[in-house]
Amino acid sequence: MTDLTQLNLADARDGLAKKKFSAVELTQAHIDRVSASSALNAYVLETPEKALAMAAESDAKIAAGETRPLEGLPIGVKDLFCTKGVRTTACSNILGDFTPPYESTVTQNLWNDGAVMLGKLNNDEFAMGSSNETSRFGPVVNPWKAGDTALVPGGSSGGSSAAVAARLGIAATATDTGGSIRQPAAFTGTVGLKPTYGRCSRWGIVAFASSLDQAGPITHTVRDAAMMLSSMASFDKRDTTSVERDVPNYEAALTGDIKGLRVGIPQEYRVDNMPAEIEKLWQQGIEWLKAAGAEIVDVSLPHTRYALPAYYIIAPAEASSNLARYDGVRYGARQQGTDIDDMYAQTRAAGFGDEVKRRVMIGTYALSAGYYDAYYVKALQVRRLIAEDFTKAYEKCDVLLTPTTPSAAFEIGKNVEDPLEMYLNDVFTVTVNLAGLPGISVPAGLDGDGLPLGLQLIGQAFGEETLLRTAGVLEQAAGFDVQPQDWWSA
Amino acid sequence: MAENKNLISGATGDWEIVLGLEVHAQVASKAKLFSGAATEFGAEPNSQVSLVDAAMPGMLPVINWFCVEQAVRTGLGLKAQINNHSVFDRKNYFYPDLPQGYQISQFQQPIVGEGAIEIDLADGAVKEIGIERLHLEQDAGKSLHDQHPNMSFVDLNRSGVALMEIVSNPDMRSAAEAQAYVKKLRAILRYLGTCDGNMEQGSLRADVNVSVRKPGDELGTRCEIKNVNSIRFIGQAIEYEARRQVDLIEDGGTVEQQTRLFDPKTGETRAMRSKEEAHDYRYFPDPDLLPLEFSQEFVDEIAKDLPELPDEKKARFINDYGLTPYDAGVLVGEAENAAFFEAAAEGQDAKAVANMVIGSVFAGLNKADLDIADSPVSAAQVGQLVGLIADDTVSGRSAKEVFELMFEDGPDQGKNPAVIIEEKGLKQVTDTAAIEAAVDEVIDANPDKVAQAKERPKMAGWFVGQVMQATGGKANPQAVNKLVMLKLGLE
Repeated sequence: MTDLTQLNLADARDGLAKKKFSAVELTQAHIDRVSASSALNAYVLETPEKALAMAAESDAKIAAGETRPLEGLPIGVKDLFCTKGVRTTACSNILGDFTPPYESTVTQNLWNDGAVMLGKLNNDEFAMGSSNETSRFGPVVNPWKAGDTALVPGGSSGGSSAAVAARLGIAATATDTGGSIRQPAAFTGTVGLKPTYGRCSRWGIVAFASSLDQAGPITHTVRDAAMMLSSMASFDKRDTTSVERDVPNYEAALTGDIKGLRVGIPQEYRVDNMPAEIEKLWQQGIEWLKAAGAEIVDVSLPHTRYALPAYYIIAPAEASSNLARYDGVRYGARQQGTDIDDMYAQTRAAGFGDEVKRRVMIGTYALSAGYYDAYYVKALQVRRLIAEDFTKAYEKCDVLLTPTTPSAAFEIGKNVEDPLEMYLNDVFTVTVNLAGLPGISVPAGLDGDGLPLGLQLIGQAFGEETLLRTAGVLEQAAGFDVQPQDWWSA
Repeated sequence: MAENKNLISGATGDWEIVLGLEVHAQVASKAKLFSGAATEFGAEPNSQVSLVDAAMPGMLPVINWFCVEQAVRTGLGLKAQINNHSVFDRKNYFYPDLPQGYQISQFQQPIVGEGAIEIDLADGAVKEIGIERLHLEQDAGKSLHDQHPNMSFVDLNRSGVALMEIVSNPDMRSAAEAQAYVKKLRAILRYLGTCDGNMEQGSLRADVNVSVRKPGDELGTRCEIKNVNSIRFIGQAIEYEARRQVDLIEDGGTVEQQTRLFDPKTGETRAMRSKEEAHDYRYFPDPDLLPLEFSQEFVDEIAKDLPELPDEKKARFINDYGLTPYDAGVLVGEAENAAFFEAAAEGQDAKAVANMVIGSVFAGLNKADLDIADSPVSAAQVGQLVGLIADDTVSGRSAKEVFELMFEDGPDQGKNPAVIIEEKGLKQVTDTAAIEAAVDEVIDANPDKVAQAKERPKMAGWFVGQVMQATGGKANPQAVNKLVMLKLGLE
């Protein structure tokens, strides 16, 4: 039998439908591979028994002719998603062994559609980071290596990107607040889709920055991303920021036809010191789309350079408030104190890592009396201008093409002492979150060290179908079929 | 503005008290402001707590539109500006009974803007108190410090319960005015049904801002007395606090801006925290919630079935029933009382009914510590009894006895006044022959008194009394009087 972990989501679905293998076999193959992959540290909790039970149920469904859209397909879940009866920590010490008595809407949608849960995936603590080095469970190692150097898998969804790249799950859920799906996808040669804000429910996802957080998938292919999004997306009356709008069959949008599509190239994304190979890849992407019949249009997003500073006000401001609930009073880890204030201080000092503390302090400062107008209000104004930039650009084009990141994956530890350098990873991705738009990273080539690079497509609000169709064409043209060498299997 | 007659005197002259109130009124809703958990008073600790109320990870607030309706309804009752677009903000601070680490409230853009309430002053004048705003916010839970020697417990049943914070302008100048304001506000809320107004259960509580100044001076520094939960305590707290501030200033001190607590046991206020210790609440718009928006049609629908409010009802009672402003004011204080009166007054002399309701019914209920809803005498029975007096079936004196009998019997007996009058033989004697016989009997038995009466006509009253006594109070007093005068030859 072929190695079942080599299948993508669509092929595995078809194989199950044709009864080439069972869901239990497919799941067992992944469980075995996961259990041998501790060197990557992608999973923080494996749930093999649950996975096999779900797979057995899927086999019964298939036998009964009641196959659901993701029937029997084993996936990993970012530890930011609350999973009923399964420890959920956001990879923070402060949550201790918190085990939610509820299931997030997005994961519930996936289970309702027949998907199988392999376990919980590593991420940056509370999704704060671009390298998956801030997790309480330690860093995730990128399956891709530059020589002998261990690299980061990107972040915050580093467990998700590493797991998919290393075939420790056919797909994974992830979340994206400033680039946390697209940047790790670019670093690992996978596809990462951040949907429009409001497309997926945030209910049951540990909040980082409420106005920016959005769930999405990391997958092998654009088709797989379409399949995942069709299941993950829903209107949810428990999340008033989710949007009441029908969920189309995104897979059906992958016609391969982008003739006449206007692709905008934002000039402001040509940043200083951008590596030549990224510039070259971007140019290559333009040529591919042009060759497929798209019309290339130069557009301007003039406020782009203010996006990163605005993001690093708004996201920490919301986070400082969202994380106030982790106080040691009701759940999670508590440190004893001499009085209630001391208990808070001890609990939060011990429970939060440095990056989380940094952002809580930045956010608290930005919201403080006397600074609120200068920072938070100003950042909201910038955010509005950035959204207007996109609105104007979309008068001239249908989608935008940009690089996903200004570099390939970097060495573990390289940027740990330099938060500003780390934050620059998000330079091409944060604008999309600030404007609430959908974006996708598609693996498009390798750099000189043989590391994957991604191109980003940005769509219009709820323009996921056009976005996926374009991404499909880009994927086909790039023909990215390289896999990392398996050095990690024990 | 009219001259303030409520000055308090100090060693250096008269002082004026300036008062503004922030009233927290619990929305009469079965579910909380952002969750479906129940709000019933007195439930087992932590038995009415949803995942949202406990601020579990990933939980999100969802607005309860019923509460929004009640806020709009209240705004309309306060004749206030209704804001079709308002914003929920987070007020950030740490406290064990505040699970989210922030209270969802409305800061810069409240759901209701400026309005006004009219209060009745002791001298019969009416004063308008401005309403600055009304906003919706979550209540906090409750910390229990007496359950364990060195631990505090937390009850989250109240956590997330919907409150309307109603902020007045600093328009009140005496404790009595503040009390009248709270009473009036409470009456309006209860008429509207948007808050049960139960102060003992904490459904209505007030933060009282107190400052003093020499008349005509700029506003003084204020102290805020938190969470005063009875109208009596509001009066006591203001009296104490104003006096404290006057004494402090007159002793050469200055009033420090403070949050203070009123202790009902001592009748004193004490400092809770100073301005320097005040929290920086870091308000910002709650990113989990969209701005609160509704159409004018939504407001119009609510306005359509707004009930008659106390002021309008009072005016109607004065105009339509001919009641005195005082009686009308007493009757409209509670919607149930007004309804009782109106039911009793149907087809009867309204003034006489008002007298009996205020005099006999309220007095009886007060003595028996009963609510009007539990009145042993029904409105219909009050009406019947007034009718029986009016048509001379029973004398006013006997009617009191009839009322007391009905009251004692209670609603279970449910005997109508006519039945009691019949059973007890209290029917007024209007038969002239019978009265005449009684008069003759008294005159015949007291020739000496007759002689005296001829000299001093006032003595006639003695004869009337004797006849009334002889007839057991059943004789029509007018008829007796007339016959006595006739027989004594005084007419």
